[in-house]
Amino acid sequence: MGKNEYKPYLMRIAEITEETPDVNTFRLEFTNEEEAGGFSFNAGQFGEYSVFGEGESTFCIASSPTRKGYIECTFRRAGRVTKALAAREVGDTIGFRGPYGNVFPIGDWKGKSLLFVSGGIALPPLRCVIWNALDLREDFKDITIVYGARSVQDLVYKKELEEWRAKPDITLITTVDPGGETPEWKGEIGFVPTVLEKAAPASADTIALLCGPPIMIKLTLPVLSALGFSPGNIFTTLENRMKCGIGKCGRCNVGKYFVCKDGPVFTFAQVDELPAEY
Amino acid sequence: MEKMTIQAGAIEELFGRIRSGGRRILAPVDKSGAIVFDEISSYGQVASGYIQTTLSAKEAVLPRFEEILRFRSEGKGVVFEEESNKALPTVVFGLRPCDARSLSVVSAVFERDYPDPFVRSKIENTVLIGVSCAQSDEYCFCTSVGGGPGDTTGSDLLLTRIDDAVFLAEIITEKGESIVSMAQELFARAGDVDKNSHCAKVSRYFDLEELGKRLPAMFDSPVWDGQSLRCLGCGTCSFVCPSCTCFDIQDETDGPRGIRLRCWDSCGFAQFTLHTSGHNPREVQGKRWRQRIMHKFSYQPGGLGEAGCVGCGRCSRACPVDMNLLQHIQEILEAD
Repeated sequence: MGKNEYKPYLMRIAEITEETPDVNTFRLEFTNEEEAGGFSFNAGQFGEYSVFGEGESTFCIASSPTRKGYIECTFRRAGRVTKALAAREVGDTIGFRGPYGNVFPIGDWKGKSLLFVSGGIALPPLRCVIWNALDLREDFKDITIVYGARSVQDLVYKKELEEWRAKPDITLITTVDPGGETPEWKGEIGFVPTVLEKAAPASADTIALLCGPPIMIKLTLPVLSALGFSPGNIFTTLENRMKCGIGKCGRCNVGKYFVCKDGPVFTFAQVDELPAEY
Repeated sequence: MEKMTIQAGAIEELFGRIRSGGRRILAPVDKSGAIVFDEISSYGQVASGYIQTTLSAKEAVLPRFEEILRFRSEGKGVVFEEESNKALPTVVFGLRPCDARSLSVVSAVFERDYPDPFVRSKIENTVLIGVSCAQSDEYCFCTSVGGGPGDTTGSDLLLTRIDDAVFLAEIITEKGESIVSMAQELFARAGDVDKNSHCAKVSRYFDLEELGKRLPAMFDSPVWDGQSLRCLGCGTCSFVCPSCTCFDIQDETDGPRGIRLRCWDSCGFAQFTLHTSGHNPREVQGKRWRQRIMHKFSYQPGGLGEAGCVGCGRCSRACPVDMNLLQHIQEILEAD
């Protein structure tokens, strides 16, 4: 019989970072060295993570392909599988199959500036690209990150945000929704689209990457457009419900595309052509 | 294509040869009024007089649920065991030409990009002996979607009853040839036979290409909400469909042991596309009905090169609220 694509790699949880009270980042290492050696991925790809006996859940690979030997995923405790996943400890075994889907065409962006715009739990798919770009820093001009969350508590990757803020060659703007600030908060207070409008990053020779909740996307697109970004230069990842990840189970089907195999990375020029079923 | 004849009375002997050759035979049997494919040991068990089987022969290659992974927890680790999901050497006897065609749609979905070993091995191990339709009913529309009551596409061997006691046997593939060669003496070379005169007449109700051309512009048409107002979202249409392939993946455990199952699913269910966040891209039944039609008649012809419908009529026969696919397609073609 041919390869059973549903058989996952067995991964050991090497490290757990509590990002917020209900969001964790897992660092996963291959239990089989041969499999580790044969594994590679690119920024934008995702996988199916499984807790045996509970099921599988779909998340992006949140670590950069430039960091070898492990992958990371960041997830919110929300459904059956993510609740079971969050109950796992360092040293436990979980399953991972992938990488699936298309990639951010980072190679095509050499010499350009990058603008990352993200909200809440949608930073993980961009964090992969951010670290990838930072590890190849000389390939890009300006790197600007605009990231917001409902409250200070809801910001993910807090340690990394501080690390990025300390770097002289990144412009990082963080914001929280009004009422979500703490007395110590030194960032912006306001919604991402407004903060982005005020920051007014240049659009010339710049690729924008936009990931966030639907309402944030809806309100941010006009701002990017007013700043001069064309839909073909704004990238996102779609997150339709998936089961198989390989274009067969049918549930991520949008028009003639399957988000799992034709995406998840799309430009807004492509998204505009899709039926609104995402 | 070689044309032979076989006496109806010789089928029992043919079945004996097939079974002693190591193949099980699945054929339509009457189970309390439902005509379903089941393993038989004698030709006498095969149901007769039905126009269409209640369930399709799809289960022979895509079971309603099947094991795709078997695992066992050991301390902090996990060990995989061999899945109990074998492709048994099988002959499916008595499936209609529409069902035989549908299996090529199923195969195309599971071969694309990541070939599925479970579906592939079942298809490889299965021989399809179709039986042409002598009768049709008002739900049948195979000729509108490229098939026909005597269509040979997909079958390995196609039998057409040309006389009370005689079947015409068309040998379509090598697999079909291998069945005939098991019992060469039961077959005689066929003379000139007008096969079509022994097949049902199924009107051509609509133009599949025209439907495919119209659909992309009809995404926002009010027709979907109108047609699906009475839809219960029960999923029966998918369950009986010979070319529906969408599935769910579920785990089952018994202590430290567990299995992962691939289970039939339906785009008609609200949960099919429900995100964990609560967001649902198809939050109302009209959008789910639209997906069913779009997927079968617009997206699949574009992506796979063939429609996801073979005109068997099962969805309409089985629908508890009498949604009729053929009528709905005609409405779609007439909508503004």
